[in-house]
Amino acid sequence: MHGNSTYQPQSKIGQWFEKRLPIGGLIHSSFVAYPTPRNLNYWWTFGGILSFMLGVQIITGIVLAMHYTPHVDLAFKSVETIMRDVNYGWLLRYLHSNGASMFFIAVYIHIYRGMYYGSYKEPREVLWILGVIIYLLMMATGFLGYTLPWGQMSFWGATVITNFFSAIPGVGETVVTWLWGGFAVGNPTLNRFYSLHYLLPFVIAGVVILHVWALHVSGQNNPTGIEPKSDRDTVPFTPYATSKDGFAMVAFCILFAWFVFYLPNYLGHADNFIVANPAVTPAHIVPEWYYLPFYAILRAVPDKLLGVLAMFGSIAILAFLPWLDTSKVKSARYRPLYKQFFWLFFAVCIGLGWLGAKPAEGIYVVLSRILTIYYFAHFIVVLPLLGIFEKTRPLPNSISESVLGSKA
Amino acid sequence: MTTVSSAEHTRRDFLYIATGAVAAVGGAAVAVPLIAQMNPDASTIAAGAPIDVDLAPIAEGQIIKVFWRSKPIFISHRSKKEIDAAKNVQLSTLPDPEPDSARVKAGHEQWLVVVGICTHLGCIPLAKQGEYEGWFCPCHGSAYDTAGRIRKGPAPKNLLLPPYKFVSDTKVQIG
Repeated sequence: MHGNSTYQPQSKIGQWFEKRLPIGGLIHSSFVAYPTPRNLNYWWTFGGILSFMLGVQIITGIVLAMHYTPHVDLAFKSVETIMRDVNYGWLLRYLHSNGASMFFIAVYIHIYRGMYYGSYKEPREVLWILGVIIYLLMMATGFLGYTLPWGQMSFWGATVITNFFSAIPGVGETVVTWLWGGFAVGNPTLNRFYSLHYLLPFVIAGVVILHVWALHVSGQNNPTGIEPKSDRDTVPFTPYATSKDGFAMVAFCILFAWFVFYLPNYLGHADNFIVANPAVTPAHIVPEWYYLPFYAILRAVPDKLLGVLAMFGSIAILAFLPWLDTSKVKSARYRPLYKQFFWLFFAVCIGLGWLGAKPAEGIYVVLSRILTIYYFAHFIVVLPLLGIFEKTRPLPNSISESVLGSKA
Repeated sequence: MTTVSSAEHTRRDFLYIATGAVAAVGGAAVAVPLIAQMNPDASTIAAGAPIDVDLAPIAEGQIIKVFWRSKPIFISHRSKKEIDAAKNVQLSTLPDPEPDSARVKAGHEQWLVVVGICTHLGCIPLAKQGEYEGWFCPCHGSAYDTAGRIRKGPAPKNLLLPPYKFVSDTKVQIG
């Protein structure tokens, strides 16, 4: 699925440069002449939106780093200084903190898109696994960043999450002390979290390059889930995909701006306006919304080690999805049963997210357990069996036929 | 380019293996400082030296919180009722069975000294709350009794006992 490599710069200088470093040809074949399936819908624009959000986070982050102080006595104050004194500091910080939420909204849509249309299936397994790695890196980066303002939620979130590793039998406590650089979360912890929070986005950018590379080797999936067979099934990336991606990006920015300008603290927690206090734990510790389903899974299991394993397992299992789903048909459009189970799974994830924000008592615990069991059953029971028993609908002969009808 | 593979061992094979071995040892040697720098530094360890706490001002039924090695330590001056509640427990019903006598120093059973960190995920439990009127952790609902033993909830272990000794009847040294 390589685009044509017949790129010829017009100018003499361009030709001189291209002969020495053919970067123009690389960009041309990847983002101009690159053939994209002609039937891509708007769910396919989230890859571009995610790249844009990564750029926003890196740029606002680098600027915020110029004003932030990673020290337990100064961090909270330096964040308030950014909000009150630094020119446009409030805007940059709100873009960055809400940008993290927008990044996760986009990545969840991107992941569900992949699940609905079977984008993880052959030949895109490596592409999918690279995506799972990016998602894990995003979660780590988001967690590290949330620690930096050094409010109560920052401190206790850091304490609870680093304590996951204390569940490791035998060496757990040693590992946690090593992570902290002390006997509790403290200044050394804040310093290293800051260093890593600065590093990881660039690691994400590196894996994104691999992700896009793998995408351009196998080509994009599309709503029919069948591969392009001729030139009639594809259109050039530019102008078709670039303009569609650009339009979706602008629409997404409206949502982003709405949060930044009208609801900048809606997704945060009041407790994080109180400076970190190692002597008092807030009454309700709740992680950021994008971790809530996994938090619910952690709390659903009554055993510490098993709870931590279930939580990590619920993410790790995504990497095995290409082999757990045994169906040969990719798109849910031609899988009537899978389509229903997909939406059920989606509802279960939303339900777990809701339960993650509730106190761990009474009916909430019971519901968390039921939904946790279903979450895993979806992967290890439903998907393998559906591939065997489901009667799929007939696939169209080609992408162009599905779009233009059989006469075309 | 073709690769000639020979079944015989040559001096070149030896060189490859020797080079690889030196590189592996070198890599491991470099990893030591890179990993060790993340452990607590000298000042953090020095700040963790033992502390003396005067018990005289702590009234019966009162719990104080002191910090040792950045960890909160609860010192509870237990009432007769609390001691009896801790003693009259069927040990087999406990998730982490320990008699009350193993939680305190002999002759000083009114004093309970525990690390005030929930053994589940590190939150600080609230005193005199929960079903067993010892401690209750608001994070994930673990309940401890008046001997700091886990009774209910996801925490796997009793509240840890810090190393401490009685210097006199009214003074303990923690650490």
